Amino acid sequence: MAPTLCAVCKTERALIKRPKNHAKLCKGCFISIFEDEVHHTITSSQLFFPGEKVAIGASGGKDSTVLASVLKTLNERHGYGLDLVLLSIDEGIKGYRDDSLETVKRNALQYDMPLKVVGYDELYGWTMDQVVETIGKKGNCTYCGVFRRQALDRGAKMLGIQHVVTGHNADDVAETVLMNLLRGDLARLSRSTSIVTGDSQSEVKRSKPLKYCYEKEIVLYAHHKKLDYFSTECIYSPEAFRGSARGLIKQLERVRPTAILDIVRSGEDMARLVPGESSSSCACKGQKAVAAVPAEDDMGGCGSTSGRTPGDEMAAMDKQLRENEAHEGLEIDIAKAVSEKTDGTEKQKGLPIRSANGASKGAPRQVLGKCKRCGYMSSQDICQACMLLEGLNKNRAQIQI
Amino acid sequence: MTNSLEAPTIPITVDFSGGLEMLFDNQRRYAVSLPATDANGKPANISFLIDHLCRTLMKDPRADLFVLDRHIRPGILVLINDADWELEGEEAYEIQPRDNILFVSTLHGG
Ligand SMILES: [Zn+2]
Ligand SMILES: [Zn+2]
Repeated sequence: MAPTLCAVCKTERALIKRPKNHAKLCKGCFISIFEDEVHHTITSSQLFFPGEKVAIGASGGKDSTVLASVLKTLNERHGYGLDLVLLSIDEGIKGYRDDSLETVKRNALQYDMPLKVVGYDELYGWTMDQVVETIGKKGNCTYCGVFRRQALDRGAKMLGIQHVVTGHNADDVAETVLMNLLRGDLARLSRSTSIVTGDSQSEVKRSKPLKYCYEKEIVLYAHHKKLDYFSTECIYSPEAFRGSARGLIKQLERVRPTAILDIVRSGEDMARLVPGESSSSCACKGQKAVAAVPAEDDMGGCGSTSGRTPGDEMAAMDKQLRENEAHEGLEIDIAKAVSEKTDGTEKQKGLPIRSANGASKGAPRQVLGKCKRCGYMSSQDICQACMLLEGLNKNRAQIQI
Repeated sequence: MTNSLEAPTIPITVDFSGGLEMLFDNQRRYAVSLPATDANGKPANISFLIDHLCRTLMKDPRADLFVLDRHIRPGILVLINDADWELEGEEAYEIQPRDNILFVSTLHGG
């Protein structure tokens, strides 16, 4: 069988079949198209400004390694003028981060970028091992996830950096869209599809330049560019993938590869129907907690289900659905909203909409403030991390007595 | 299987990465002598190789992280001599001497 030739250069052997359009490409053409597309995402959404200091959330895993490599390449090729720094979080799980931190250290040399490692102990006074010692293995992924969500922002703040980029890919976004759709949480769905979160009020802005990149292509990019990355599973959550929304995404991809980007785009379209959420996206990270945004962490390998078993997930969903039934009257009329939108007006703005906790009466649901303890953005008086810490510290006090 | 020494085999290399190596004794590369034909006398293809790997090399009880319903688990990429197996006929691709088959997981922590 004669080898298939690349659809672009028509000389080299095709090695890649792109999931988004089935194009057959050689290695060189694939790498340059992949980079061009990320460049397009960056410029079309005006992610950066010249001279900006940007921290790359780096775990040593495939996504953040590819992000670091591509950003370095594009920064030099297109003269973005960015000051790039690698920022790693050490959860304090003995043995777990050793190899990945070694990988990040090598990446720092390979990409000639400064590296800052911040530990949970430094940020919270607790390592994950100490948390597990105190509360046991059950539910510890919740702590890990909540702490991690703030860790990058807090770490960036320590470095005086106001922009953190993470390696979230199209599969991550599609998974989050599905989860939030099943939960009926349009507000969170809107935030999770947004390429930038945090606004003028937040001290640290977050963005995901690989938002439209298939996980498959990220792995192939790393493979063909021979990037040095590390793969692991969180030792406290080895079963994270079973029966998960992530598994569903991968099965959909197998049947119809375009499904992933289709879900991302559908999510974006639905997000546009969410009043007041579309333009400025997220102003309430503190709210994004525990049950929230399962794919938020590319840093840990805790899988994407925050360590819950599918059973827990389904039970939680069921409870949610029953709660929501009490608010049937608040359901948004999508068809109506669409037709009004196509009128060129923004009439749907005041439409009542079902919120995550079913507490909506059409009024603003989340009033953004700052945590009274740590000053981190939060919609509650005390942010999620501080709540968890309070519980932990009480436990520690008891143990010491 | 008694005459396995006389049965013709195909020498190939098999690589595991992206976390899959954890299921195969943390070893990334294996030199494999693959029986040239399956039980029915048909030339060895990728499908047969996957079966063979599960029977002979899998060191982990969590075989379902590699194979699901006797097919490769969605989310695991297969590269045949560096080319996506979708370009080569997937499971039906007939293995050639000195082929390199890479299984790389996209499922592990990034
Ligand atoms: Zn080409
Ligand atoms: Zn706080």
